[in-house]
Formats: sequence, C-alpha cells, structure tokens
Amino acid sequence: MSAESPLVRFENIQKSYDGEILVVKDFNLDVAQGEFVTMLGPSGSGKTTCLMMLAGFEPATHGEIYLKGKPINKVPPYKRGIGMVFQNYALFPHMTVAENLAFPLEVRGMGKSEREARVKRALDMVQLGEFGGRRPMQLSGGQQQRVAVARSLVFDPDLVLMDEPLGALDKNLREQMQYEIKHLHEQLGLTVVYVTHDQTEALTMSNRIAVFDDGIVQQCAAPAALYEKPENAFVANFIGENNRIMGTVTALADGQATVKSESGDTIIAQQINVDNVGDRTTLSLRPERVTVAPGEGNTENTFSAKVKELIYHGDHIRTRFTVCGHDDFIVKVPNSANHAALQEGNTVTIGWKMEDCLALDA
Amino acid sequence: MSSADLTLTEDGIPLKQKLARTTALQRRRALLLTLPLVLFLVVSFVIPIGQMLFQSVHNDKVSAVVPNFAEAILQWDGQGLPPESTFEIFVKDLAKAKQVREVGRTVGNMATRINYEMPGSRSLFTSTARKAKKIEAPYKENLIKINKKWANPAIWLTIQRAARDITPAFYVAALDLKYDKNGEVVQADELYQIYLNNFMKTIWVSALITLICILLAYPVAYLLSVLPLRQSNLLMIMVLLPFWTSLLVRTTAWIAILQTEGIINDILVFLGFITDDGRIQMIYNQTGTIIAMVHILLPFMILPLYSVMKTIPPSYMRAALSMGAKPIYAYRKVYLPQTLPGLAAGTLLVFILAIGYYITPALVGGEDGLLISNLIAYHIQKSLNWSLGAALGTILLVVVLVLYWLYNKLIGIDKLRFG
Repeated sequence: MSAESPLVRFENIQKSYDGEILVVKDFNLDVAQGEFVTMLGPSGSGKTTCLMMLAGFEPATHGEIYLKGKPINKVPPYKRGIGMVFQNYALFPHMTVAENLAFPLEVRGMGKSEREARVKRALDMVQLGEFGGRRPMQLSGGQQQRVAVARSLVFDPDLVLMDEPLGALDKNLREQMQYEIKHLHEQLGLTVVYVTHDQTEALTMSNRIAVFDDGIVQQCAAPAALYEKPENAFVANFIGENNRIMGTVTALADGQATVKSESGDTIIAQQINVDNVGDRTTLSLRPERVTVAPGEGNTENTFSAKVKELIYHGDHIRTRFTVCGHDDFIVKVPNSANHAALQEGNTVTIGWKMEDCLALDA
Repeated sequence: MSSADLTLTEDGIPLKQKLARTTALQRRRALLLTLPLVLFLVVSFVIPIGQMLFQSVHNDKVSAVVPNFAEAILQWDGQGLPPESTFEIFVKDLAKAKQVREVGRTVGNMATRINYEMPGSRSLFTSTARKAKKIEAPYKENLIKINKKWANPAIWLTIQRAARDITPAFYVAALDLKYDKNGEVVQADELYQIYLNNFMKTIWVSALITLICILLAYPVAYLLSVLPLRQSNLLMIMVLLPFWTSLLVRTTAWIAILQTEGIINDILVFLGFITDDGRIQMIYNQTGTIIAMVHILLPFMILPLYSVMKTIPPSYMRAALSMGAKPIYAYRKVYLPQTLPGLAAGTLLVFILAIGYYITPALVGGEDGLLISNLIAYHIQKSLNWSLGAALGTILLVVVLVLYWLYNKLIGIDKLRFG
C-alpha cells in the first residue's frame, strides 16, 4: 500500500437496520489507489451493506468513510463520482446501449460530440462497438454485463464498485468475464471494490481480499496469503477446500503444535492461533498437500488410511479416505504418470508435512 | 413456397400437414374449453351490440301501423301535397289502424315516431285517427277541413321520411341536427342542442377524472411498491376496500359527507371559514360527480401502476444516482419512463370506464353532472325513444373506439400492462 493517504478508508464502521442487530460490527479497511479489493463472504455477512454505504445508498450508523481523505457520510451518492456495476446490471431498459452509456455524460453536461466519442471508446473497450443501437434486452447476459462495466467506467470515476456482477452468468462466461475485468483493471489502473460470495472469483481477480463473516472482517490479505496462511478456521474453510480434524493441543514448541485428535492419533501441526496446551483446535489441511505413500521420513505425519471412494476428475483423482477417525478425508491424487493405483477398500499410507497442517481455533 | 421446398416426414407427408394432424386434438380440446365463454359473449355481448346498431338506424313504427300508406307515400315526388289517391289510402289505413290494440303497432306509436321529428304533431294524428272512419271522399279536402295542418307540405315530407324503415334520422337527432321544412339537414335550434355538448362534457369530465386519478394514484402506487410487505399489505387492503363495498353505499356516503348539511360543510361552518348561509354546494352537480367517480375509479389506476412499479428494481434509480444524476432528474429519465406501460393501462381503463359511467352521475350528478350515459338511459327507460338511445350509444361506442385507436397509434396497445 502506498504511503500517501488511501483512496478509500472505512473507519470503525457499524451498521444496523433495525436498531437491534449490528449487520456490520466494526469495519476498518483502506483501499489504495489502483488496488483491486474484494469483499468476500457468505450471504448476510455484511459485505454488500459495506459497499452500499460506500456508494451512498445506505447511511453508516457509526463511523466515517473517507474518499480521497474527505469524509463522505453526508455526501449524496450523485456527488460521490463513484462508478457502480450492479448485480442485475441495472441497464435502463427503455434506452439503447449508447443512450445508457451517454447517461452519466449527459448528466455532467458534456457536449454531444465528446459524448459520442467517449461512448464509442467505451464500447470498443468492451468489444461491443457494433451494439450501440441495441436495447439491453436484445443482448446476451455476457454482453449486458460488458455494457454495465463500460457504463460504470465511461465517466472516468475515481473508484468503481462492483456488486456480485457475475452472479447471473454461466460458469464459462463468468470465468471469461473475470479475466476481462482483471485486464481492464490492470490496463486502466482502476481502483475497484468488488463484492462476491464466490471465492474462485475473488482469488482470480483481487490484489487483496477481505473475508467477511458475521459482520466482521475475519482476515484481509492477498489471495495467496489467505489460502496459504489462513488466520482462523472460518477463513481456512471458506477459502478453498480443506480437511478439518478436531483435536486437543498437548504440546506447543517452536511454532509447532502437537495435537491429539479425537480418534487418539497424534498429529504435528504448525501453530497458528492456538495459545495454550489443552486448548481445543481445528487442524486444517488442504487436499492437495497430502501425499499417498510418502516414503519413510519425508513427512512428519504418516498414517494408514482406507480408501472409501474414488472420483475421476481428469487432472486429478479425488479420493475419500478414512483416517484418524475422519470419515470424509479428501485427498487430490494428481493424475500424473506414476501416480498410485488405488482401489476402493485398499489400505495405504498417507502423509503430510507439519507446515501444511495448520492448528487453528476450534 | 414451391413444392420442392416442402419438408416431408419419413412417410412422405408434408411436415406442416402432419404437425397439424398431430396437434388437432389438442387444439380442439382447447377450443372446447373456451366454448362456454364464447357462447356467453355471443348471447350477452355480440347480439345486443348488433341489435343496438340495427335499432339505431331501423324504425318501422310507420310502416307497421299504416303499411299501405307507407308504400304509397314513398312513391310521392315530394312536390306540393301528395295526390288524392294517397290521401285515400292514408285515411283508410288510419281507420283500420285505430282498431289495433297490439302494443307497438298503435296509431299512438306512429304518432310518437313522427313527433320525434316534428315536435307537437302527435295530437294531429291521434285526433284525426279518431275521426278517420267518418271521413269520405274527397279525402284531401275533408282531411284538411278536420285540421288545416294537413295542408302543410312539411308534415307530408316528414311522414315520407318516417315511412322508411331504415333511416338516418336518429343520428341526425343525436348529432344536434334536424331536417328543415325542405328536408335538408341543418343545425337544430340552440335550445335543442344537448347531445353534442353533453358528449363534449362527458369527454372533458372523464379526462379530468382520469387526470385526478393519475395524480392521486401515482404516489400511492409508488408507496405500495416500496413499502415493506406488512405495511404495503395494509395499504393495499385500504386501496381495495372500496371494491368490497356496494357502489350504492359508497355513493350514499359521499352524499352524507358532501351535502350542504353534510360533514364537510358543518366543519367549515364550525371553524368559521364559511357562514351558515354560505354553505358550499358540493354534490348534486358536476363537482359531486367528479369527486365520487374519482373515488370509485381510483383503484383501476392504482393497480396497473403498482403492478408495473413492483417490477422496477431499486437498482435502476441507484444506478442513475451513482452516475451523477440528481434524484429528480434520475426519476424523470429513468423511473417515470419505465412506469409508462402501467400509466397508459390505468389511463385507458379509467377513461373508458368514466366515459360510460351511469350510476354515480345519476345519483349525485344533479342537473349539470349528468353524462351521456344518463341521457342514453333516459331515452331507453323514460322517453322510450330506443332508436335515439341506440344512436347515442353507437356514437359513444365509436368515440371510444376512435380514442382506443388513437391511443394505440400513440402508445401501442401491446405496451400496456394491466397487472
């Protein structure tokens, strides 16, 4: 993050709709110029509310939001100069695509010729140069999505907000649009605050991700850090797939936690946020970090496991084991030339390294 | 399409034909389901409308009462008085008709028919008919001796016109026109010009009612569409409440509220805004008609508006605001245009209902609050001039159809959304 003041700053934001329940409990976030920040979380976690407060459609119950260093709580949405892409695109159905794009320019009193030039440039930017005369309803979902993005950018806002913009698209289109938005962000140097509940989307596009749950940011970090070093069990569980083994800490030393699982097995794990011997803990282990038949001494943890189910996924074979009393232990066995040939009912050894197994809060 | 293009099925039958055959049963079944309604509409709607159209140009009261004479007078060239032979047939027919008691075929019926076109001529026929048996040749001379009005060629021209079963005379009357003594169509005397003015008034009052309904309904419909479900349900019940009350009860309630000794006047006097002598006349006039009809027709404006507004997500307005549009500008450019289908439907619904409304103006309209439907009802029920009533009804129908056509041209019927 740059040293100068951030473009957006949320400071101790609280939000309640009914005066009884806090939807957002204590939200703090800085967004630097040119950053792509995603607010990720399950529905009802308060992420969209935070976006709406930034856009100016919902007042903050407590705290202050700053845009370019100025408090904006009392600034109406039409004076904030923030571009926004809505979940359902909100393209005006009674206007053509070009009229939709010209709308923010018209509002700003821009002359006709400049308006047309800008609209054309924006449409070309999203490869929809030919579609200016169409009505939004005559476009496919992906095209509408592009128009919505173009419309949010056409007036050169300081900041673009996107509220689950890809939710209505099918999987292939969604992936394609993720790359397009990411490239636009990189090419134009945009600052984007993006809301989604889809972790793949967040991981693909963001510089930083704020993981929301229960009105609180559980962790705010770069995608790799979130995946590799989740700070708590919620983040570990929400970002990517993981195997969870419940247990009790029996020893702590040098960042290593020795944990006794409920089945009585002893597992060596990396200490993340367990503080005391005797604490309950959740061990988190990514399915791709488990090795089948690891070979003597290569892994700190080695157990014999029984194959329950094999599912062929092409690039890998998803294998369900019973291990350490855990009936639903998933391992991704890569489909490489010399991968282990497993059969249902086989008993094999599997193992994992200490640093791949994280001891988190219970 | 040439036969070469025809797509054939495996067995060589054209695809279209085969498809029609396979769906025939389905179509027949669907048709059967609509049959009761179709029959009902034919009996209760198509036939009566047809009868009305027929009635408005058809009246056989003269040819039914004096058939031989009716045939004879139609031969007359209209110059001077008809020939002696025609007079003879007239007197004989009249004498014969005097004996008839069958309703609708009496001399009185004929006299009434001719009286429509020549007011004050009724007694001429009835009194002459009483003496017809005694009149002898020369008929022309003796008839004029009984009443010298028979020497006036105008009466014979009028009879000649009325002797035709198919006649435009009732449209002439309905359009405030009349035949002068030479049989030319001219404007009626000012005193008798009531229908066109009433048509204009009906259109004007209906337009005003529609406008008031729009102004009142729009905010309510908007509120309905944005309030939380619990509150909007309550509001919706209040909107629909009038539908659950008898029309008569509602109208009577307005009388209790608006009459000179009514609640509003009492309150105004009590508060000292008006004196006891200066109580305002708010009912039994056009004001009363407008107030009561706005109340009755308001739901027909609210419901289509609401159904359209309900489908407009709040994100449209938000999008407009985020792009820098001030609320009023955003509302005008983004929200309002999207409610047009509902607005158009409500306007059409309320206007067409208002233009033909009968009961409320009849109850609270007094003299100047009467609309065209009240005049039509008068001719059907009181004056029993059904042909004139039918002609007025047909003109009303044409006016509505023309407005509908104009509406379709301007807005497009396919854009309407009734809910």
